[in-house]
Order: sequence, then C-alpha cells, then structure tokens
Amino acid sequence: MTQYTLQAHRPSNRCLWEGRRVALKVASGAGDLQTCTGKPRDSKMVEWTDFERATIVDIFSKMQYEVVGPAALARCLVVYPWTQRYFGNFGNLYNAAAISGNPMVAKHGTTILHGLDRAVKNMDDIKATYAELSVLHSEKLHVDPDNFKLLSDCLTIVVAAQLGKDFTGEVQAAFQKFLAVVVSALGRQYH
Amino acid sequence: MLSAREKELISEIWERLTPVAEDIGAEALLRMFATQPGSKTYFSHLDISPSSAHLRSHGQKIVLAIAEGAKDISQLAITLGPLQTLHAYQLRIDPTNFKFFSHCMLVTLAAHMRKDFTPVAHAAMDKYLSAFAAVLSEKFR
Repeated sequence: MTQYTLQAHRPSNRCLWEGRRVALKVASGAGDLQTCTGKPRDSKMVEWTDFERATIVDIFSKMQYEVVGPAALARCLVVYPWTQRYFGNFGNLYNAAAISGNPMVAKHGTTILHGLDRAVKNMDDIKATYAELSVLHSEKLHVDPDNFKLLSDCLTIVVAAQLGKDFTGEVQAAFQKFLAVVVSALGRQYH
Repeated sequence: MLSAREKELISEIWERLTPVAEDIGAEALLRMFATQPGSKTYFSHLDISPSSAHLRSHGQKIVLAIAEGAKDISQLAITLGPLQTLHAYQLRIDPTNFKFFSHCMLVTLAAHMRKDFTPVAHAAMDKYLSAFAAVLSEKFR
C-alpha cells in the first residue's frame, strides 16, 4: 500500500494526483489514513496496479459489445443450462443453436456487457457503483449470486477467444481480478 | 453426463492437440500460476519460468494424460489408476487446484481454437475436465 507524506508547502489537502486515490499518512502516524479529499480511506479498497488499470481500459476500449455480450450470455446458458431458469420468457432455448441465435439473448447479453462500463469508469469504487444493481438482482430478479461467477468465467473465455495469444496469463489475471471485484460488489447487498 | 457426440468431440480435440501438448500444457500452467499464485507452492522444486524446460515437460505430461483419458472416457477410473495413487499419496494437491487448472485449460483452448471453441465444445470439455479431476481425486480419502 502506497503512502505519501503531505508536503509542507502544499496548501491544505490538495494532492498532486487529483482524481486518483492517494493515501496520506496523518501526522499522528498510527492507523488513520485519509484520501487527498480528506475522506477516511476504506481499508478494504481494491488496489489496482498501473498494468491492471491499463489492461482493463484497453480491453473495454476495443470491446465489440454486440459480439462479446451475446456470445458470453449464450455460452453461459449452454455450458451451465440451469442458468436458463432466469430466462423463462426468452422463448426458444432448446439447444445450443437456438440459444446462440436467440435475439432476446443477444439483446440482453449486450445490455449486461454495457453494465460493466460503469465499473471500468469507476475502478476505485466498484462497490458503491453497483450497490443499486446488487439490490435489483437480489430483491427483484432473485438471482443466485453464484451465477455471477459462472457468467464471468464465460466472459473470460469469450474474450480469450477474441484476443487469442494477446490474452496472456497476466492479462487474464487482471481481467479475472476486475470481474471478481464486480461479482463481489453485485453480491454485496444480498441478505 | 456426456453424450456420445460430446465424447467424440472431446477425443477429436485432444487428438488434434497432442502434437502441441507441450505448448498447451505449459500455457495452461502459466495461466494458473498468474491467476492463482497459491498454485505455485506445489512447484518449488521446479523452474516454472515461461519457456523453461521443466514447465514444458510438465505441461506435456499433463496434457498427454488428459488426451489419453479422452480416448475412452468410460474407462477413466482404470486409465487414471496409477495417477490417482500418485496424486493421493505423494502429490497431495488440494483439489480446488484441479478446478483452477481446468479453468485455465479452457481459457488456453479458447485462446488457441478461438471460433472453433464453440459453446458446445466448451460445455463438453468443461464436463470432461470436471470428470477427470473427480476421478483423479478419488483416492484422496
């Protein structure tokens, strides 16, 4: 965890790296950490390396949403057929071909993938970003949160197929870490 | 439960990959080490840096065993007998690692086969690798 001491000549709490989370060691020295805006730092905030941030931004900037979204959701419904329980009104999900060709699956897959955009833009507070969506999935949609992991595994595999050898082990690790944070945030408001 | 068609598909895929077993195996292992650092603890006696000879030969061993099992999936318990003993009494790998490795193998297959790694192939392969891992851990307790 990086900590920066407040430079004496800097006015108040204005930090050099605006917009980025920076922990300042308070004069008392002990546990209290503050962000450059003076708000208390959540000791459980996710730490992203520069490589991880750049990788996530890069993947999503090149993402073909209308291809990857539908493919990921269709794959989930084929590989883990019990997930079809949430899509009773989607029409023909009878076999892999029907699922892959189903327009409602395609539309919903695209919607889900775009739902990740907010996390990409707010990587430092994914928890808060998805609080409402978490409540929706729990209270209204009644989705077992284990399903989020299944879909994220399928998304990883679709992206791997898209990127081929560019989807290196390090890129995979960054992508999976990002999805794990998203999955955790989505499951957070269940009770 | 694997259908006859799925068993065919699985054995076809592994037959095609046997010539590049080293590449596939090494890549799957590397992916696992990158995403699940705890898995590296089982390899402290080997050099597991990318393209190391240890990594490639070990990857090859694993892939060839998976390919061998794929030739007759109904006989997995017999084919894997010796490996079951090895994993249970000597290697004693925590079985959650089999899941991590299987996932990384699926990602490796996706990165190599790309469009050919269809949802149907993925489903079949996921089922096969789960069955393989389950049989492999049968003697653990």
